[in-house]
Amino acid sequence: MAITSEMERHQPKLVPWGEKLSQVPWWALIILLMGVLIVYSVFTSATYQDAFLFLIAGVRVTITVSLISFGLALILGLIAGLGRVSKNVIYYTLASLYVEIVRGIPLLVLIIYFAFVVTPLAIQTLNSLGTVLLQDPAFGFLRGLARSLTDLNIQDVDMTIRAIAGLAFGYGAFEAEVFRAGIESIERGQMEAARSLGMSYFQAMRYIILPQAIRRVLPPLGNDFIAMLKDSSLISVLAVRELTHLGKLNRARTFRTFETWNTVAFLYLSMTLLLSLGVKMLERRMAVEE
Amino acid sequence: MRNDVIIEIEHVYKSFGRVRALVDVSLNVYRGEVLFIFGPSGGGKSTLLRCINRLEKVDRGRIVVDGVCVTEHPKKVDIDKVRMEVGMVFQLFNLFPHLTALQNITLAQEKVRKRSKEEAEEIAYRLLERVGLPEKADVYPDQLSGGQKQRVAIARALAMNPKIMLFDEPTSALDPEMIREVLDVMLDLAKEGMTMVVVSHEMGFAKAAADRMVFLEGGRVVEVATPEELFTNPKEERTKRFLSQILH
Ligand SMILES: Nc1ncnc2c1ncn2[C@@H]1O[C@H](COP(=O)(O)OP(=O)(O)O)[C@@H](O)[C@H]1O
Ligand SMILES: [Mg+2]
Repeated sequence: MAITSEMERHQPKLVPWGEKLSQVPWWALIILLMGVLIVYSVFTSATYQDAFLFLIAGVRVTITVSLISFGLALILGLIAGLGRVSKNVIYYTLASLYVEIVRGIPLLVLIIYFAFVVTPLAIQTLNSLGTVLLQDPAFGFLRGLARSLTDLNIQDVDMTIRAIAGLAFGYGAFEAEVFRAGIESIERGQMEAARSLGMSYFQAMRYIILPQAIRRVLPPLGNDFIAMLKDSSLISVLAVRELTHLGKLNRARTFRTFETWNTVAFLYLSMTLLLSLGVKMLERRMAVEE
Repeated sequence: MRNDVIIEIEHVYKSFGRVRALVDVSLNVYRGEVLFIFGPSGGGKSTLLRCINRLEKVDRGRIVVDGVCVTEHPKKVDIDKVRMEVGMVFQLFNLFPHLTALQNITLAQEKVRKRSKEEAEEIAYRLLERVGLPEKADVYPDQLSGGQKQRVAIARALAMNPKIMLFDEPTSALDPEMIREVLDVMLDLAKEGMTMVVVSHEMGFAKAAADRMVFLEGGRVVEVATPEELFTNPKEERTKRFLSQILH
């Protein structure tokens, strides 16, 4: 990749006009033009302005939910990714089960499943745990905790939390594969050199393999974050007040279908374009360093 | 003499699928000795070295390193402790590219030997001096030449104060003009009495430093002899043939 960009830069100045025109990133210009149009509309049209002001709160929720979910997905992914390269059969099997099962289920179904199956189950389990603790005098010192466990109610678990759990669990499986690929891309000699110095497997992972692997997978992780930002629109089924859900509300409120969804789409596009610009810069920097 | 054996290799077998990499290999390495191993590619030289610090597990046989049987069941040996005592230098250096030369040398000292940062760095600077690279402490591996990389790799291994050093073709990946600088470091080490097992084709080094030479072919030890014996009067026909091929 580094080579092609070098070649592009060193191309002679005398390029025929037709070729020059085909090299212009027209798509970027067109998107920019559309953006200018929408921004112009926001400033001049009351309907767009109204939609924009109503929706902007959703942008904040979308970003927050995506950041938290992705952070959790990274942790889950790292744990599962390490399992996927582990020689420990139990660890490997558990990690593979997680990855294979989750990747085979649509994210929307997973989100619904977490919200309406996993969460109630978890609450029930905690409730019965509390009851057991209350009945057994041996756990008298845990009375306070036991009470709060039995008092837990399904309504206490906010839909946003359930949504975050679903998104994180789903994306964790993708990130696990990203981490696995990253780890496997590090030459075997690195692990051997570390082990030959007396480092444990864990130390070698921690100080030698992961620092290199994570650097290498930063661009795919960035792309996955962009994908998650878009997929976070799925949690509108849980009526979490993120951008897409506010879009539905705004349409219901104003009956301005066209303006509402134009603005929603534009807001998503602004976020994702900005982020992919960041990823591209990251990729370029890494290509230079290689 | 028996007391002075630091590595005992007894009837070791190792196969990779159908490939028999080591067949009934028995060898002793004595304390302070430079044992030079050579032979055709695929003869099992790397495998033998890697069995000593258990980067490979033997199929059959016994290897005892400084009193610890490394071929016992994994749960019974603290292999990390053995590896601390056995330095290894690889053909392709295997420096850690995300760390500077200095950090390459200090990391295991701190994490494995549990030395303080200051102590580890002091040792690292001293070793960089010794391998002739005092000015390269803060340089990353990709800015070093092959010979410099290998010298940093040797310093990295030495920093653990190993009792034994294993070299797996340390100069095979180097441009000819860089071989000398690495061999010089190894010669110094040999003079200081380090126990060394060196896989190499540098017969000059063997003549200058080796106590004994081992010819390994097809996973078998064909011949063990001193350099004088081997260069003037090899016993085995196969050794003769191999030597005449590489010496001419
Ligand atoms: N990890 C491995 N997997 C499969 N075959 C291997 C592996 N390591 C070595 N071998 C085979 O074992 C034989 C001995 O290899 P090696 O010890 O590397 O020889 P040398 O270092 O003398 O060139 C060769 O035939 C090689 O292909
Ligand atoms: Mg080899």
